[in-house]
Amino acid sequence: MKAFTYERAVSPAAAAQAAAHLPGSKFIAGGTNLLDLMKLQIETPTHLIDVNGLALDRIEATPEGGLRIGALVRNTDLAADARVRRDYGLLSRALLSGASGQLRNKATTAGNLLQRARCPYFYDTDQLCNKRHPGSGCAALGGFSRQHAVVGVSDSCIASHPSDMAVAMRALDAIVETVLPDGSTRSIPIAELHRLPGDTPHIETTLGAGELIVAVTLPKPIGGKHIYRKVRDRASYAFALVSVAVIVQADGSGRVAVGGVAPKPWRVEAAEARLPEGAKAVTDELLAGAAPTRENAYKLTLVERTLRAVLAEAGSQP
Amino acid sequence: MKFDSPATTNPIDQLKIVGKPTNRIDGPAKTTGTATYAYEWKHPDLKPAYGHVVGAGIAKGRIASIDLGDAQAYPGVLAIVTAENAGKLGKSKRNTAKLLGGPEIDHYHQAIAVVIAETFEQARAAAQLVRVEYIRAEGSFDLARSRDSAPDVQNAATGDFLAAFSDAPIQLDETYTTPDHSHAMMEPHASLAAWDGDKLVVWTSNQMIDWGRTDLAATLGIKKDKIQFISPYIGGGFGGKLFLRADVVLAALAARAAKRPVKVALTRPFIFNNTTHRPATIQRIRIGAGKDGKITAIGHETWSGDLPDGGPETAAEQSRLLYAGANRMMATRLALLDLPEGNAMRAPGEAPGLMALEIAIDEMAEKLEIDPIEFRILNDIQVDPEKPTRQFSQRQLVACLRQGAERFAWNKRNPRAGQIRDGEWLVGMGVAAAFRNNIPMKSAARVRVDNRGIVTVETDMTDIGTGSYTIIAQTAAEMMGVGLDMVTVSLGDSAFPVAAGSGGQWGANSSTAGVYAACVKLREALSHKMEFDPSDAVFADGTISAGNRRFTLAEAAGETGVVAEDIMEYGDLAKRYQQSTFGAHFVEVGVDTATAEIRIRRMLAVCAAGRILNPKTARSQVIGAMTMGAGAALMEELVVDKRVGFFVNHDLAGYEVPVHADIPHQDVIFLDETDPTSSPMKAKGVGELGICGVGAAIANAIYNATGVRVRDYPITLDKLLDQMPA
Repeated sequence: MKAFTYERAVSPAAAAQAAAHLPGSKFIAGGTNLLDLMKLQIETPTHLIDVNGLALDRIEATPEGGLRIGALVRNTDLAADARVRRDYGLLSRALLSGASGQLRNKATTAGNLLQRARCPYFYDTDQLCNKRHPGSGCAALGGFSRQHAVVGVSDSCIASHPSDMAVAMRALDAIVETVLPDGSTRSIPIAELHRLPGDTPHIETTLGAGELIVAVTLPKPIGGKHIYRKVRDRASYAFALVSVAVIVQADGSGRVAVGGVAPKPWRVEAAEARLPEGAKAVTDELLAGAAPTRENAYKLTLVERTLRAVLAEAGSQP
Repeated sequence: MKFDSPATTNPIDQLKIVGKPTNRIDGPAKTTGTATYAYEWKHPDLKPAYGHVVGAGIAKGRIASIDLGDAQAYPGVLAIVTAENAGKLGKSKRNTAKLLGGPEIDHYHQAIAVVIAETFEQARAAAQLVRVEYIRAEGSFDLARSRDSAPDVQNAATGDFLAAFSDAPIQLDETYTTPDHSHAMMEPHASLAAWDGDKLVVWTSNQMIDWGRTDLAATLGIKKDKIQFISPYIGGGFGGKLFLRADVVLAALAARAAKRPVKVALTRPFIFNNTTHRPATIQRIRIGAGKDGKITAIGHETWSGDLPDGGPETAAEQSRLLYAGANRMMATRLALLDLPEGNAMRAPGEAPGLMALEIAIDEMAEKLEIDPIEFRILNDIQVDPEKPTRQFSQRQLVACLRQGAERFAWNKRNPRAGQIRDGEWLVGMGVAAAFRNNIPMKSAARVRVDNRGIVTVETDMTDIGTGSYTIIAQTAAEMMGVGLDMVTVSLGDSAFPVAAGSGGQWGANSSTAGVYAACVKLREALSHKMEFDPSDAVFADGTISAGNRRFTLAEAAGETGVVAEDIMEYGDLAKRYQQSTFGAHFVEVGVDTATAEIRIRRMLAVCAAGRILNPKTARSQVIGAMTMGAGAALMEELVVDKRVGFFVNHDLAGYEVPVHADIPHQDVIFLDETDPTSSPMKAKGVGELGICGVGAAIANAIYNATGVRVRDYPITLDKLLDQMPA
């Protein structure tokens, strides 16, 4: 860990401004990912701006009938919120399938969205990684890649996005609200928050310098059956090999997002149009252009089989 | 005391305290956080400095240059030790690779420097400023590719295997693989070292006090009696702390360089590539049998790899003793690999060996259309198959299988695979035999009784979470006729007599036998003092008595107390009788029809392992071992990057071990058994027996559930998926 300076932010705008003024600074909230990365000197911020004191820890109803989730709402609290459980069951289930109780107590909504890849080569500073050292190469290509992404990848990076929560939010069409260093705000559809790696895998989001997430807004509930199915080797406390989030309506239409297969929570609206044709048609569209390695090609089959089971479950539910 | 003829009746047989399910006497200290683990020790007088280890970033080659400038200039840095300035270092026989590497690099994350600073944070930050240039060399990292060049290092043959196998009407010839495994114990290796002139004290976490002390002396080139090794509490070892490791050597060198006590802990990623691991194996098994189900030929060849001068994973050893068959061929081959050092992990040999053999037995039973339990019983043997005049001291494998089958409702198993559905799950049952040898090891102890009647045991035996404190207290209480509340046990200090240590499941029987010997001596000393004939003296209820004379132990001990010390040594009983422990593992699994996720539903182990000194701690040992076996079957694999030559998944997020949710129900049964050839305790070991065979029982259950036979561990869903029903 490199030595760093530290301040407690007094307001979101002040935090954003401070971050923009000090290149090398980072926001810290739960710290469940950032601190680990700092100990390994993968993240080397020179300055930490602690946003925990900002009053961003509330879940409020919006005039449109949705929910506005403060950036600092802990994963445990979000999963347990009665409104979330009633109207956005997908989100609650995704959250509870992730990490451990202790981590969920600490991890925040915004932090969960911005957690970094869990690629083992990214985690070892003696290995090549384009995320750590742009242009150095990707050791995972041709290496151990059983957990890695199959779609949306590039020759520079095949890391998958590790979040469960983000997959549910993608299916729910969440909007990310931010504050910019000049004090203005903007709204980013979650589909546009994460970037694909291309040849710049070190740039993971569309957030600008100093831009701070203050809330995530869920649109008005859309009803339907909500199922989040996470597939993993270990029954708990493991990242998804594949996860499938569905919201299925009575008329058979619905939404499908998947995790563990792409550098971002993965949803292809065109694929959803093919739901009446069944899991294979949806998967073909969803994973079109997939470029798996020998070690992770099984994910293509796994997504299809899991989706089929999930759709059957949705169809059989009263 | 020399144990050279089978035990007769002795005070342990009273079983007033020994054999009772007793809570750990060290439990309160551990649950209240007052048990001191290695990294928590404080030097009585001096403030320690902190060392942080720098590991090699390549698997094989040389250091071209090492630039310490920035690290040395970092605030708080006191010194940096490298091979260049450490002085001449030796290497003990029990270490394969050097614990401080450079300029030659033998494996990834081999320690090449330790940076010492005032604070841990400074040491860590400065360590990351050490800049190393390497000259990489070609290495061998792929066991499968090195297999054909691996020479035989152990062989055992009886009869004419090849002829008998080719004549057998029913044959099996299959190859199985097991991956490298990490001990992944909760407490990483850590040490605090302090010099006082030429004397060195090390507070550490080590399973074998005397080995560690001896090997540290050899490494530093100093006399053993100048070193004190202290390790009373150990947060798991599983074989990973059997040997001297880099934390100890670097703490000692760092303390010398910084001229004050230094603490060094290995970080979690270092556990995987810096320390030892269980080597991967490739195992070819051939079994020939008649149509009657009797094995006529059994061959087990195993390949593993290690660094130069390393040793093999002896995965064929159990196959010499477990089943009958007149024609036998076992071969152990060792390839040269430039991966980190392979060495013992819980049940070395048998754990991976039975993972393969017990699938092969299941496959053979299916070929023969015989129930796998009946097939094992049909081929049970009560003598050493290689030397039929030599008997097993106790062998209750058949009873383990029969009792387990009844308890587990084995008769509900459908012998045809892939038939049982429970909702979205395919359900199956599997069985495997468990086998692990008993190894009596000499062990010494000192026992004292003071003027309050308190009995104190001192021995350098270790408790690695196994329950040594408790069974030693039970032994001393039983022998001296006092309650557990009158016994104090001090362990893990080289100032105490040298015990067996914790390894090879020898610790329980051997260390308590050493305490037994010391207690016999103490009983004699007290008897003589009170002018009793030792053979008449009765020790009970805190008193010593004979005829109409009775004294409390406190009275007998007097003001000065009475102390006795002895060592238990062994004659040739272990040669005359084959001493082994046996068990049977039963597992039910569900396999998700859609995802092929495998989830254990219930597990049962039935063990026959001599006298069970404490059924509660023994049960915990077996449950822990079953859990570790489940990890080996379903998820644990150190993934080798064969281009770079290292274990890629070097943290606990990447190297998954089972969690509670993975195993909803576990049960353990101990058969009533005493083994008078093992020691006066008539006990053997269970801590490793519990892992032996578990993996295969799970693999066999998966096959029974799905009809898919996977021979390459771990059995993960991607290996089943293409063969699952649509």
